[in-house]
Amino acid sequence: MKIVVCVKQVPDTAEVRINPETNTLMRDGVPSIINPYDLHAVEAGLQLREMAGGEVTTVTMGPPQAELALRETISLGVDKAVLLTDRLFAGSDTWATAYALYKAIAHIGADIIICGKQAIDGDTAQVGPEIAEFLDIPHIAYIRKIVEVTADRIVVQRLMDDGYDIVESTLPVLLTVVRELNVPRLPSLKGKMAAKKADILKLTAADLKVEEQDLGLKGSPTQVRNIFAPEAKTNRTMLHGTPEEMVNKLVADLQESKCL
Amino acid sequence: MFIKVRTEKCTGCATCVASCPYDAIVMHEDAARITELCQLCRACLGVCPEGAIIEIAEESDKKEKGQGSGVWVFAEQRDGKLAGVSFELLGAGRRLAEDLGTSLSAVLFGRVSSGPEELLHWGADRVYYCGEELLQDFNDEPYANLLTRLISEHKPEIVLAGATPIGRSFIPRVAARLHTGLTADCTSLQIDPETKNLLQVRPAFGGNIMATILCPHTRPQMATVRPRVMQKGEFDKGRKGEIIAVSAEGITSRTKVLETVKEVSEVAVNLHDANVIVAGGRGVGGDKGFQALFELAEALNGSIAASRAAVDEGWIPYRHQVGQTGKTVGPTLYIACGISGAVQHVVGMQSSDIIVAINKNPEAPIFNIATYGIVGDLFEILPLLTRKIKELKGQ
Ligand SMILES: Cc1cc2nc3c(=O)[nH]c(=O)nc-3n(C[C@H](O)[C@H](O)[C@H](O)COP(=O)(O)OP(=O)(O)OC[C@H]3O[C@@H](n4cnc5c(N)ncnc54)[C@H](O)[C@@H]3O)c2cc1C
Ligand SMILES: Nc1ncnc2c1ncn2[C@@H]1O[C@H](COP(=O)(O)O)[C@@H](O)[C@H]1O
Repeated sequence: MKIVVCVKQVPDTAEVRINPETNTLMRDGVPSIINPYDLHAVEAGLQLREMAGGEVTTVTMGPPQAELALRETISLGVDKAVLLTDRLFAGSDTWATAYALYKAIAHIGADIIICGKQAIDGDTAQVGPEIAEFLDIPHIAYIRKIVEVTADRIVVQRLMDDGYDIVESTLPVLLTVVRELNVPRLPSLKGKMAAKKADILKLTAADLKVEEQDLGLKGSPTQVRNIFAPEAKTNRTMLHGTPEEMVNKLVADLQESKCL
Repeated sequence: MFIKVRTEKCTGCATCVASCPYDAIVMHEDAARITELCQLCRACLGVCPEGAIIEIAEESDKKEKGQGSGVWVFAEQRDGKLAGVSFELLGAGRRLAEDLGTSLSAVLFGRVSSGPEELLHWGADRVYYCGEELLQDFNDEPYANLLTRLISEHKPEIVLAGATPIGRSFIPRVAARLHTGLTADCTSLQIDPETKNLLQVRPAFGGNIMATILCPHTRPQMATVRPRVMQKGEFDKGRKGEIIAVSAEGITSRTKVLETVKEVSEVAVNLHDANVIVAGGRGVGGDKGFQALFELAEALNGSIAASRAAVDEGWIPYRHQVGQTGKTVGPTLYIACGISGAVQHVVGMQSSDIIVAINKNPEAPIFNIATYGIVGDLFEILPLLTRKIKELKGQ
């Protein structure tokens, strides 16, 4: 079984703030991490390898320092890692990101591709399904459990708003995973040694034989026009007095606004 | 397009260096320089006091805009029932169609008990409807293939769908195939009066920032829209329109839904449709602590939600989680108990009409977005509130 996991290096978003005066991101000292959902995707890949045999390859598209994220996945037990890095990839939206990853995955070959549910910087959840479409294979999003895998078929549980669906697919397939699926393992000492020594395969746009017009900003149908800070609500009332007084005032106001 | 520093204007003040989220600006011989790490995010453009950072357009930026007219919304159903977000999409779509002077169509896959006419009553001029069995359960490929076929045939200029597990899963395939832009999880949609482009506003970086996204050169412009953010359209039983039957001939699926399992807890958990939500965070202290919330929710006929902290502690199942990585809700009344108000939680509930915050800590950020703030112990406040409401309702 050839398993490919897509991982993305992201800023630790809990700490990214916007400067309200200049409307720009303040990223001083914000660390880069592996997208948390992608750690669950890597874990799923490793568990599938334990169940069905084969090898796990992680792929990332990003700036040269994204290599660190890949080495981290090797410390967890991943067999190989591939870094797509090229100035031409800069400014990619989800379409162009998925297109470049698709070319790389087609180049490596895969029976099962696993992505995180979404990346915590953009939160779009689009790259996985788009890769599947380019590869012309089925996908199932929001996987919370892998029930069964054979050489040509997989059964999984897909999380929905009101419960879950049990879905069957042919292979090859692309899955996107949610946190409930598993608990990611920690790196082993042996893994850490391997991570230091591992050769990371680096691919450029030329290696993937893609047209410049399909890459990076040029290949991206969407554009960011501007960014700004979310507005704060201002019409707030702090209630005062004893607990009884506060509750009475609240209930009276809620009744008045026809809320009760 | 690329971004450039006009070295002759640069004073070497390094203001821009900190503004770059990708560490792509470095100081070199007393002037800023943009390195190959640049992701063209434009974050630096406004910060230079000398105006030395500029955007340079290239010939290849210009692309032919496909034609197309009409606004479409994808109306989603599950178990033969239209999802609430479908009516909100019709509300938003109607407004956009009016601004563009065009028509509004809905697309419906699968049979619904109310019949496709319901979509006309909620504001659609036309419904493209396929009631074939293949589309009754949600599967990505047949949904994506049929919608792509319809879009290629009729060429709408805007296509909207709900940012639900269904919409977020299959709409990206449609956008990929059509080589057009898709903006996820929008919270506001406007037509730019000058260019007639769709201005799509969405939260990013966990809700810490908002971004306006454009899809200037390709059509249709596609967006998924957060549930409970847009106003529903107006319901008019007398409204008439066209229902166009669509055939799924030639459409196949490599995935199959074997079974659908519903998970309902004691108090109804359908948060998207709830009018009243009582939510608990780490301050609730344990699964027993949630009892006080259940009692209030019952008295108010509401649902129970939770912060991620409470879910991670295992006090309540994940499907109650509200926020960036949980559900987006917009009830009339949201009562937040023992929740600090981290931005990741707030993005999921800030469009609630009235927010009541109960928290021991007067500095908790939840009070910044609350309509009513009560500084106090939730275990003291909630029983009082429950009793008062029961009295009112004569229970
Ligand atoms: C990528 C990412 C995604 C995330 N997604 C989400 C998400 O979807 N949803 C979400 O909720 N969070 C999310 N978070 C987590 C978020 O950052 C916060 O950690 C979380 O919301 C905090 O939950 P809390 O307010 O319940 O807990 P805390 O921040 O610990 O706050 C508990 C509050 O309870 C108060 N309190 C304690 N005892 C009492 C009492 N007896 N009476 C009254 N008040 C009391 C305290 O004063 C405190 O303000 C995410 C984080 C990251 C990094
Ligand atoms: N640049 C990237 N490199 C590798 N994988 C990515 C990249 N961007 C997104 N992905 C994958 O796609 C998933 C969804 O990302 P997104 O659509 O950006 O929310 C992530 O969890 C990753 O598995």
